[in-house]
Amino acid sequence: MIVNPTDDEIRVGVFICDCGLNIAGAVDCAAVTDYAETLPDVVCAVRNKYTCADPGQNKIKDAIQQHRLNRVVVASCTPRQHEPTFRQCVREAGLNPYLMEMANLREHCSWVHPGDWDGATRKAKDLVASAVARARFLQPQEELTVPVTRAAMVIGGGVAGIEAAIELGDAGHKVVLVEKQPSIGGIMAQLDKTYPTMDCSI
Amino acid sequence: MKIRKKARYVDLSLCNACGECANVCPVTKPDEYQMGLSSRRAIYIPFPQAVPCSYILNMDDCLGNNPIACGKCIEVCEKKAINYDDRDEIVTREVGSIIVAIGLDVYDPTEMDEYGYTRFDNVITSMEFERLICAGGPTAGHFVRPSDHQRPKRIGFIQCVGSRNPKIGRPYCSNICCMNTIKDTLLLADHYPDVENVVFYQDIRAFGKSFEDMFQRSKEAGTRYIRGLPGDVEEDPETGNLTVTVENTTGGQLERHELDMLVLSVGVQPPKDLAKISGLLTLSKTSDGFFMESHPKLKPVDAPTRGVHFAGFCEAPKDIKDSVCQAGAAASRAGALLNAGQIQIEAITSRIDIEACMKCGLCAKVCPYGAIVWEKGQPAVVIEAACAGCGACGATCQFGAITMRHFTDDQLLAQVRAVLADDPQDKVFVFACNWCSYAGGDMAGISRIRYPSTNRVVRTMCSARVSEEMVLEAFRCGAPVVLVSGCHYADCHYINANRQTVKRMQRLWNTLEKAGVRPERLQLEWISAAEGQKFAKVMEQMEQLRKTVTAKEIEHAKQALKPKPKKAARAREEAAVPS
Ligand SMILES: Cc1cc2nc3c(=O)[nH]c(=O)nc-3n(C[C@H](O)[C@H](O)[C@H](O)COP(=O)(O)OP(=O)(O)OC[C@H]3O[C@@H](n4cnc5c(N)ncnc54)[C@H](O)[C@@H]3O)c2cc1C
Ligand code: SF4
Ligand code: SF4
Ligand code: SF4
Repeated sequence: MIVNPTDDEIRVGVFICDCGLNIAGAVDCAAVTDYAETLPDVVCAVRNKYTCADPGQNKIKDAIQQHRLNRVVVASCTPRQHEPTFRQCVREAGLNPYLMEMANLREHCSWVHPGDWDGATRKAKDLVASAVARARFLQPQEELTVPVTRAAMVIGGGVAGIEAAIELGDAGHKVVLVEKQPSIGGIMAQLDKTYPTMDCSI
Repeated sequence: MKIRKKARYVDLSLCNACGECANVCPVTKPDEYQMGLSSRRAIYIPFPQAVPCSYILNMDDCLGNNPIACGKCIEVCEKKAINYDDRDEIVTREVGSIIVAIGLDVYDPTEMDEYGYTRFDNVITSMEFERLICAGGPTAGHFVRPSDHQRPKRIGFIQCVGSRNPKIGRPYCSNICCMNTIKDTLLLADHYPDVENVVFYQDIRAFGKSFEDMFQRSKEAGTRYIRGLPGDVEEDPETGNLTVTVENTTGGQLERHELDMLVLSVGVQPPKDLAKISGLLTLSKTSDGFFMESHPKLKPVDAPTRGVHFAGFCEAPKDIKDSVCQAGAAASRAGALLNAGQIQIEAITSRIDIEACMKCGLCAKVCPYGAIVWEKGQPAVVIEAACAGCGACGATCQFGAITMRHFTDDQLLAQVRAVLADDPQDKVFVFACNWCSYAGGDMAGISRIRYPSTNRVVRTMCSARVSEEMVLEAFRCGAPVVLVSGCHYADCHYINANRQTVKRMQRLWNTLEKAGVRPERLQLEWISAAEGQKFAKVMEQMEQLRKTVTAKEIEHAKQALKPKPKKAARAREEAAVPS
């Protein structure tokens, strides 16, 4: 079991995002940036208006070069939205994408604690501290590539399923359409005329 | 994927749909296609334009499938297409992508007795209306009412039947019924210029392209729109006519309308098989019961499970045009994956250190995917391509032999310690799983639902990744309350890994009890990705609970839960002794 970060020297860069006013409107981003600088192994903390936009991403890339960063923490929105974006960003700067960690200051903080400036700022600091603590233990990882069988299955033969199957078929893919009833058609086959065109359904 | 190919008892390749068989079949059954408004035989074609265009024999309806009992159809079929010995077949197909398009079920208004659907002949549903007005329907398109087969002149429509009604647990708008009723009034006015249509509604939702125009045309054609849903429907047993009592909320007056016929504009609901498909493909549902997409705005046709996409109604109520649009999008998403021909698996898989493994085999038992191979006396081995990365094994191994890549013990424990470094007494410590509870927190954010700012969330892929050690460490660091949260029990993104969560929580509650720590301080909640509201509510409850925890209690837990020295070493010895 690893007890301490293994690299000879851990160098973390923290990038705090205002997200316009989405985060900066409810969280003291300046204070969070100052705080981040005090955390162990953090060598730079940078505040951005929009970290996901090109200028924001370029700042990350520049800082990786300039400060020889080997860990990156982006404190912005939910990783469920932009983790792929920032993984790609650090990869372009030569870092393994798994050396990037995010702190969710928007969905989990500013958006749910408006008007609670102190509480939200305190929480934002903790979320950054948590991400930095985790980042110090991050290791480069390699993804496994597995082949995908070049065939699709569509479950349900209503208008949606039929349309999807035709599209895939037209694109040259093998498609299995599975329908539970004796005939395809779904609800639409039972309709007379259909809005808005008032033409027959089948 | 395994598919049950159901027996048709009629050979598709031979049947030319001549219909001789149905002519001789003595059985009559309600015709499902015509909403039971006419009958069919035991051997039948679902509807004339059916695809495949072939007859089918329903064995449950058939009198007796040997020539002594009946066997009439087999005698007349010149093509020798009928085979009573046909059996269901299981076919297996390997696919790289799946599009789920299982549609909808139409609401059955029986429970809403106030509208008299089961009591009065001339109260029908909008689905039955479709068959009655259709040239291919049981009356060849002559619109007559069921009681006396006369043409009704005064026709009422009640909107939102089984929709937008939280009292019967159906709060959502069904999306299609307003426009469907507008369509119906136009069809009636077109066929029968003397018709008098009345529509009872709460709001008319005519928001799509050219919809408002249709609404205006319906009004120009003489349809009266009355804002208010009837409280009561009565029937005159003599005439079969109906009287509807309604509060017209525009003017506030009580009105009575005598009608010849009443159409219930019924809502729609998630299809019956949704739960089954959901279980097979580890998908999740919204609070309305439809499928939950990966992101409501940015990934509207992707399921959280990679390679699975949604099309049509099963994702949310929508009309044909939207279903077709979504189907195109889903096909394009699926096509992209198929074209790539390969997929990258996130590097969040389990690794076992053969040196450290004590060969106990526990990890293999808890793995929902059977991705760990273990034989007695041998160290356990992970098959990486089969590992989905839930982390249940990592939290189970007592010997530190398992490293969960990218969610290691070190990383998670470091987060626990960092979060609780200062003023832990003011914080509620939360472990949330990526797919449901963390996403539920995101949903609360997207919906701007406020809750106390005292919670601190640490994300794991699955709640089963949270080990006993992590929870105990949080208490040792002074957390007043620890919450472990995951997907609803039956909706676990990792088949059923969250069963391990429950078992572990049970053990932890015992541990706390024995140590004299109030077990309520450790909480377990299931919050789905759609439940932003619930996430906020739970955080509020946790904050209330936190306030009840005293400084003395926190201090006691810190001491009482201190790790016993050399526990790992002792366990190692015990496991080495052959039992
Ligand atoms: C009364 C009424 C009137 C309507 N009028 C209009 C209109 O005028 N204009 C308009 O645009 N829209 C209208 N709609 C809406 C329209 O019917 C839907 O938008 C459309 O049918 C959705 O298509 P779908 O393919 O998603 O679902 P469906 O039509 O429900 O098709 C789903 C298919 O999946 C199959 N299936 C289900 N479970 C399984 C399983 N486990 N395995 C295999 N197959 C399965 C079903 O048998 C079915 O064939 C109306 C709806 C209703 C109820
Ligand atoms: S008689 Fe034979 S060919 Fe004709 S419809 Fe029936 S099964 Fe088909
Ligand atoms: S579409 Fe209209 S009738 Fe249907 S539920 Fe919504 S408001 Fe009610
Ligand atoms: S639980 Fe741990 S010690 Fe037991 S077999 Fe699995 S890896 Fe080895």
